[in-house]
Amino acid sequence: MSRAALLVLADGRFPAGGHAHSGGAEAAVRAGRVTDAPSLEEFCRGRLHTAGLVAAALAAAAVLGADPGELDAAADARTPSPALRAAGRRLGRQLLRAARATWPSAELDAVARRFPKGTHQPVVLGLAARAAGLAPEDAAHCAVYESVSGPATATVRLLSLDPFDAAGVLARLAPELDRVADCAVEAARRAADEGADALPAASAPLLEVGAEWHAGWPVRLFAS
Amino acid sequence: MDGVTVTGVRGRARIVARADGRGGTALPVLDGEGPLAPRRTRSAGAEARVMVVGAMSGPLGGDRFTLDARVEEGARLHVGSAAATLALPGQAKGEARYDVRLEVADGAELHWLPEQLISAGGSDLRVTTRADLAAGARCVLREEQVLGRAGETPGRLTSRLTVRVAGRTVLDQELACGPGAPGGWDGPAVLSGRRAVGQLVVVRPEFADGPVAARMLGECASLVPLAGPAVLVTAVAPDALRLRGLLDEALAGLG
Repeated sequence: MSRAALLVLADGRFPAGGHAHSGGAEAAVRAGRVTDAPSLEEFCRGRLHTAGLVAAALAAAAVLGADPGELDAAADARTPSPALRAAGRRLGRQLLRAARATWPSAELDAVARRFPKGTHQPVVLGLAARAAGLAPEDAAHCAVYESVSGPATATVRLLSLDPFDAAGVLARLAPELDRVADCAVEAARRAADEGADALPAASAPLLEVGAEWHAGWPVRLFAS
Repeated sequence: MDGVTVTGVRGRARIVARADGRGGTALPVLDGEGPLAPRRTRSAGAEARVMVVGAMSGPLGGDRFTLDARVEEGARLHVGSAAATLALPGQAKGEARYDVRLEVADGAELHWLPEQLISAGGSDLRVTTRADLAAGARCVLREEQVLGRAGETPGRLTSRLTVRVAGRTVLDQELACGPGAPGGWDGPAVLSGRRAVGQLVVVRPEFADGPVAARMLGECASLVPLAGPAVLVTAVAPDALRLRGLLDEALAGLG
């Protein structure tokens, strides 16, 4: 395994389209629920322990070799919002394209053939990590970090928040990111024996509802 | 007393609904032990109605309740509860558990409409509700969680809801809130200080061919089609009354 490969995959500039998504921050800012660095931190913490945990467990399970079809169905069941299911598939498609060019592998080619409409981003993230020779822990860390870095970066633009404040939020969350990634990997290992039902299903009602509200806006800065 | 252990109370209720062959629904099994007592109430047409009466307070810490309901082919069952379920702290250590298992066969229909679950201060309850539906089954399932009695800090509540249609999971969601729950549960991504949250799942075979379009129901509630013949209403509200209003309105809107 290569530590640098993890940096390549986790880099916000990796051409996988993630920068176009706010992870629900745009809706939360418009609703007046995120107004400053402390409320951004609470938003990110809530997203980390729900969507972040689920994404990390799916990604880790994919690295461990779980069937991508089962993981895709598990992601669907854990994502009631059709707007979020569509966004997850779109991001998965974009990441798969980037990953196949970066770490060519027969397994990634097979996934592209099997899911012409795309599969959920965390599943692809795990398969990309696998193709890059990374471990389940790496994919889980990547997923939990993305679950908070997306909203933090978006909020800098949405609220003209000081980028130093946003970086401070991420730094303060770091120990929790580690813990959630560990839980995710543990769950993914359990799912390898017990099936996809053992994956976490933590949900955030306002993220789900906010995503549907956001999808109905005529003009928005971010895709989700 | 039977069912009381050093670690808490065991309670179990079972309901089986069967088509009686004359256009109605019989209840060949309707029993409860410990604190859960299912009672048959007046029937409405083809439907059998059951009310679950809590014969003791609880669930308290360490208690373990299970409720199984099976609706067989062609039967129609409506289950409600006589009052809200109040999770309270108990003498016994550890969390309380309440596990509900629902099975609905082809051509059968279940309305699962219990009153709210209220998480009182200091309580610790884990609830799981799992519904297994055949491809031709119909179901309306409502869950409402109220965090704390009026003005009270809630207890810890973890609630997982899993709905399977024809062996495929169409919904799997867990909400954890209260002191000791993972961080951010009361923040802007999850509940944002609101004290009532609810889900309404409606499964109908015809949704497979004509899915319902997603729509907002006010600022903090939405109705969405799931990846299967089902819709989900998710609502977050300041209190139980307004939550019920949102869920009722959504159900009425589905016709």
